[in-house]
Amino acid sequence: MTDQTLMDTVETPSAGRPTPLGIPRLHLAICAALVAFFIIGPFFLYPVFLMKVMCFVLFACAFNLLLGYGGLLSFGHAAFFGSASYVSAHAAKAWGLTPELSILLGTGSAALLGLVIGALAIRRQGIYFAMVTLAFAQMVYFVSLQAPFTGGEDGIQAVPRNMLFGLIDISSDNALYAFVFVIVFACLFLIYRIIHSPFGQVLKAIRENEARSVSLGYRVNRYKLAVFVMSTTLAGTAGATKALVFQLASLTDVHWAMSGEVVLMALLGGMHTVFGPIVGAAIIVTMQNYFATFGAWVTVLQGTIFVVAVLLFREGIVGVLGKWLKKPL
Amino acid sequence: MNIATPILAAAMGLAMAGSAYAIDVKIGVLNDRSGTYADLSGEGSVIAAQMAVEDFGAADRGINVEIISADHQNKPDVASTIARQWYDEEGVDAIFDVPTSSAALAVNEITREKNKIFIDSGAASSDLTGAQCSPNTVHWTYDTWALANGTGAAMVETGADKWFFLTADYAFGHALEADTSAVVEETGGEVLGSVRHPFPGQDFSSYLLQAQSSGAEVIGLANAGGDTVNAIKQAAEFGITQSGQSLAALLMFITDVHALGLDAAQGLVLTESFYWDLNEGTRQWSERFAERNGGDMPTMVHAGVYAGVLHYLKAIEETGTIDAGPVMEAMKAMPTSDPLFGEGEIRADGRKVHDMYLFRVKSPDASEGAWDYYDLVYTIPAENAFRPIEEGGCELVE
Repeated sequence: MTDQTLMDTVETPSAGRPTPLGIPRLHLAICAALVAFFIIGPFFLYPVFLMKVMCFVLFACAFNLLLGYGGLLSFGHAAFFGSASYVSAHAAKAWGLTPELSILLGTGSAALLGLVIGALAIRRQGIYFAMVTLAFAQMVYFVSLQAPFTGGEDGIQAVPRNMLFGLIDISSDNALYAFVFVIVFACLFLIYRIIHSPFGQVLKAIRENEARSVSLGYRVNRYKLAVFVMSTTLAGTAGATKALVFQLASLTDVHWAMSGEVVLMALLGGMHTVFGPIVGAAIIVTMQNYFATFGAWVTVLQGTIFVVAVLLFREGIVGVLGKWLKKPL
Repeated sequence: MNIATPILAAAMGLAMAGSAYAIDVKIGVLNDRSGTYADLSGEGSVIAAQMAVEDFGAADRGINVEIISADHQNKPDVASTIARQWYDEEGVDAIFDVPTSSAALAVNEITREKNKIFIDSGAASSDLTGAQCSPNTVHWTYDTWALANGTGAAMVETGADKWFFLTADYAFGHALEADTSAVVEETGGEVLGSVRHPFPGQDFSSYLLQAQSSGAEVIGLANAGGDTVNAIKQAAEFGITQSGQSLAALLMFITDVHALGLDAAQGLVLTESFYWDLNEGTRQWSERFAERNGGDMPTMVHAGVYAGVLHYLKAIEETGTIDAGPVMEAMKAMPTSDPLFGEGEIRADGRKVHDMYLFRVKSPDASEGAWDYYDLVYTIPAENAFRPIEEGGCELVE
């Protein structure tokens, strides 16, 4: 952990010469490559699959904001992802709201839920924090199972893709793709800015040594709560968007296995990195999608990859790459 | 080999196809291949689909059938991604099986949107032919209404008219209890009470004791999967069926009985639409199936996939096209006929109608060996077995 600490605290100066935007060249290049990939992607790959990848990329990055930079392992992020997808699906289906409003509503509900759960959970550290978030997530799961508007285990099905802003038709996969692309990349940019802001630096300080941060005069709990709410809000955006992509919201999204999956994505990609969760999410979703024909082997493969990752590269794929390049990614 | 051979082969192919030209059909079997429902659907459904293609002699009739399969992991979003991809990219014409109601409802919507054909065998939700019915969907094997009705009405009919329910505390359990109670009361039975257990449940002892002391003749298990299995195991420990009460599982398959063993499951009453040992036709087919399925007998879900594929291919031959509209019209117009479900029909709302059967699980002494599990108690005739078409609230019904 010590060398990791050193690497992170000297992050900004060592990441190459900053450009006028304040972003290191390497990061700019990677961002450009990512944007280019997702613009060209639908010509080669199935757009719905790519939209799923983007939703999970956002979910994993939002989660990593909390784990990798806040140092808080939440084991209940599915609650925010899932409840937002229920709210946005219900808003679009029952109230006929436009996509941007239903996503905003879903995001808002996740923020509110994050504020309530976060305010209670951040009072504990480590495994207790994880357990408190898990307990709340199970409560959300229970509500989703019982509440009349969620449709129980059938979920909310046949969610319509209403007109964007009441004007633009996004019922075709390609139009929706553009919409999802804009949302996800705007949020990813926001996450990038949060991580590299003074606020993000304080977060890293708290992660490394909470007692010292307190002694320096930071109100640690406020920072923790702020990053918790940011993380849940963005996870909510991912869930709300996913509900419109698949036109359904179901118990899968609030199940604890979803919380586990996002931890796996962040760990596999590299949790102290900006780009790690993107890679992790892409790998997991691709495996689930393209290996579906192998049946039972999907879960076995997923497990094997996780074991290999833990044994051979604990910093995650991107973490190892960054170490190798001697630059933080 | 000279140039004449391919020409001859082509000519023969044309001749065999009769007046029609060769039709390419791609069938997707989408189900659970790794989780809870892998035994009752899984690879067996793919085998059943292959057998249907072979038994129909599709190749000789100028229909080239390709079968692909995938695991939806019982997640509706995975099912929805695969279904979209199959229709958009792989050129799949029809999807079969799809257990897990949420996954089936998702595939139902996508099939409607893409105007293809969906023949469900594995899912239970009666919404598929009710509130969410679609002109592109057929629900073949069973549904919750048929199970509740079968077990409820048939038990009262056979004289066991005092009921007590053990219900999983979520929408599915409540619906199953409500449906069954309605049937029991309608046929002159009496519901003495019910108790709700958390979902998923581990310890059923207090609920079972309550049920035991209620004085009911039948304890209805309005739950599914692991809950049902746990409840039955614990009921066996209390000796509930030995002491004269009947245990009625409202959603249970022969593979569950196989997994539980007859010691625990004996005396249990359940409704299914197919049992391998029903008659000569089912026995012959099931023996062939078991040979290819590692010795395991088929479930009603496997049987439904077989019969569904068979009927679908008949409709394709009849119409000479794979377009969803005419094929579905032909499927609904033609009476269904196969060795597994006998004669039947597909109603306007997409509900396939056939007899349902009330079985009682044999005691270990009465069983002659592996898979000899059921005694037929009562046959529910097709016209009473399923929800009347006008009560489903399906918009396709005038």
